Amino acid sequence: MTFDPLLLSRLQFAWVVAWHILLPALTIGLASYIALLEALNVATGREIYFRLSTFWTRIFAVSFGMGVVSGIVMPFQFGTNWSRFSDATANVLSPLLAYEGLTAFFLEAAFLGVLLFGRRLVPPWAHLVAALMVAGGTLFSAFWILSTNSWMQTPVGYEVIDGRFFPQDWLKIIFSPSFPYRLMHTVTAFYITTGFVVVGVGAWYLRRGRFVEEGRSMVSMTLWLLTILVPLQIFLGDRHGLNTVQYQPAKIAAIEARWDTVSGAPLTLFALPDEARESNRYAVDVPYLGSLILTHDVHGNVRGLRDWPIEERPPVAVPFFAFRIMVGIGLLMLALVIASWWMRAGRRLYDSVWFLRCCEAAMPLGFLAVLAGWTTTEVGRQPWTVYGVMRTADSVSPSLTGQDVLISLVGYGIVYLVIFPFGVALMARLVRTGPLGAGLQPEPVESGRPDLPVRALPSAEPEVLP
Amino acid sequence: MLDFVPIWTAILGLGVFFYVLLDGFDLGVGILYGFTANRVSRNLVMNSIAPIWDGNETWLVLGGVGLFAAFPLAFAIIMPAVYFPVLGMLLALAFRGVAFEFRYRDALHRTFWDYAFCLGSALATFAQGIVLGAFIQGFEVAGRNFAGGSLDCFTPFSIWTGVSLLFGYGLLGAGWLVLKTQGELQEWARRLGRWCFVGVIVAIGVVSALTPLLELDIAFRWFSWPNIVYLSPIPILTLLVAIWEWRSLNSRSEVGPFAGAIVLFLLCYIGIAISLWPMIVPYKFTLWDAAASPNTQAFLLIGTLFLLPVILMYTGWSYWVFRGKVRADIGYHG
Repeated sequence: MTFDPLLLSRLQFAWVVAWHILLPALTIGLASYIALLEALNVATGREIYFRLSTFWTRIFAVSFGMGVVSGIVMPFQFGTNWSRFSDATANVLSPLLAYEGLTAFFLEAAFLGVLLFGRRLVPPWAHLVAALMVAGGTLFSAFWILSTNSWMQTPVGYEVIDGRFFPQDWLKIIFSPSFPYRLMHTVTAFYITTGFVVVGVGAWYLRRGRFVEEGRSMVSMTLWLLTILVPLQIFLGDRHGLNTVQYQPAKIAAIEARWDTVSGAPLTLFALPDEARESNRYAVDVPYLGSLILTHDVHGNVRGLRDWPIEERPPVAVPFFAFRIMVGIGLLMLALVIASWWMRAGRRLYDSVWFLRCCEAAMPLGFLAVLAGWTTTEVGRQPWTVYGVMRTADSVSPSLTGQDVLISLVGYGIVYLVIFPFGVALMARLVRTGPLGAGLQPEPVESGRPDLPVRALPSAEPEVLP
Repeated sequence: MLDFVPIWTAILGLGVFFYVLLDGFDLGVGILYGFTANRVSRNLVMNSIAPIWDGNETWLVLGGVGLFAAFPLAFAIIMPAVYFPVLGMLLALAFRGVAFEFRYRDALHRTFWDYAFCLGSALATFAQGIVLGAFIQGFEVAGRNFAGGSLDCFTPFSIWTGVSLLFGYGLLGAGWLVLKTQGELQEWARRLGRWCFVGVIVAIGVVSALTPLLELDIAFRWFSWPNIVYLSPIPILTLLVAIWEWRSLNSRSEVGPFAGAIVLFLLCYIGIAISLWPMIVPYKFTLWDAAASPNTQAFLLIGTLFLLPVILMYTGWSYWVFRGKVRADIGYHG
């Protein structure tokens, strides 16, 4: 039996990045939430914000650690499995990735320790500054990674010499056409993902009558935030879509399962796209809605997949369904947010059992939407790694055999399936333990770091030193 | 246009050495962790590296991405060539890294994560040693690609360098533990350190004898006149430092074993650099052949020159904060 190293390498990359992306989806949102709580703590002096911040910082520590461990794997994938891509694009992409590494290191180095363990060593405002810097650092990290990804989607500012990319204009490279939309859409998605986690945890406490004050704050505050973010995200998604229509029309055709170029295109709500027959089975169409959404004009022209030769078309079924999962989840989220207004108006936000149950059930929704959205954009980019210029098939390391990649894929499979469930169980345990008493008594240091630099400094614990 | 290759060589060379040194001793501590006798000493040994291990590991990312950025051709050839050692290293480091977190929070599985910590450290070290051995032996190259098979990197020589690095990191780890502990535990660290030292000396001897045999150019570089005079301080210094290291391990010296191990590593590192200079893909591509475009190197240099000193300063500061002996009731759960 022979295995295709290209297909397996793609599966492997999808596997390691899919697990990894779940962690920034949580840490980027949590870092900003913690910074907000710290700011409220400084501004109002209310102890609840202090307790909430301490509680979520503990969960942040675990997810950040797992993010680092799964993140180290990523740059090595470029070298081991995608060496031809690395050789061809390094001159353009390597500084973006290196700046991400330096920024993340800088952040880790300077402020994370203070945020995690410096609570009693530094004044509240300094702790707030550390929280803000960590939040800013996670956003910087997202900035560089999404800049890299966006350049692969919409490459500009380069020239090709002997099959390799050379930089011409760094500003154009960093701010490629899809970057602003991708950055805003992704970061908002991460905030929303975290928001639903916080709401879910709060709802869980409320339904059990434990940590009621904390639970109310989590639910109420975060639902206000989601009231703004979920509609905003739908708007941003639309703008991102229009950008994709302009720069990656084949991706849009795949997402919409449009085979023929027509004006006044329908929106296909559901279908089974059949790539061999170049048509859809069991299609449920809404007339004109496709053109209206994609061009903001009922009679707008929408390009179909037949415009492209078969070898330049992306797969259809995967982006088609992934996109529908993402949008479906978005609409579910919107429904929950609207229901929360209703509950709030009727003063039942904290007692309605079914509403609280819905909030708990919504906890994984953001993660699923992030994965679905990422699948849509990355599978829709195929068959290119650098859109329209370099093919995925020409990017893989030529020395690898199918067996090689099969072994590594199984290795990553087993290890991630051990590590991630453990990590999730660990965070679930922190949630069960709850925020009570956090900050009231010295907590044992549990995260693989001792209480840096709280008790290690001479003034705090003189007998430590020789 | 300005030639950025020397400065990037220096930055990357420094970065890799820092990684070897810093993660080297904490991987070494992880290896020795498997030989601890009881829970109290396990906690002490763990506590001695807990505050700093993740910072140490970040140098690996900088090393990987740095190679990608400064010498992308080398990155594109070497990484597929050492496919399985890199895989083993990454998986082992992942297991070992989360073991720090899970060991304390997951009381039920404490034993499993203890093993994960020790075996992960050992496997990561062994894998890095194989990468080193494969690197010294060179790679089969066609055009701009690695043309060999994924198992080519496993040779008797590279497996020997893998074993050598286990002893080397073990020695660094023992030196660190001598520095950070006292009493019985310190005596235990010295004892293990002496075993590692013997291994290191045999390893250095064998590798030094084999490397010139592997490649005539290397033999010529070291033994031709007048190089043999200019380069003679390296082996002589190595010998003197080895004697000093042995005496430190057997005396009451607290700093000596760690300092001696560092200098031994530095001398070996310089020795390898002299053997291979100016190759970055040994015997195929020089540093200049493999370098990124000057535009790329310049763009990245701007930020690096600002960020790297800050990172170095912070690293130094965090080691300063955690100086002194580690104790059971400090740091983690007492």
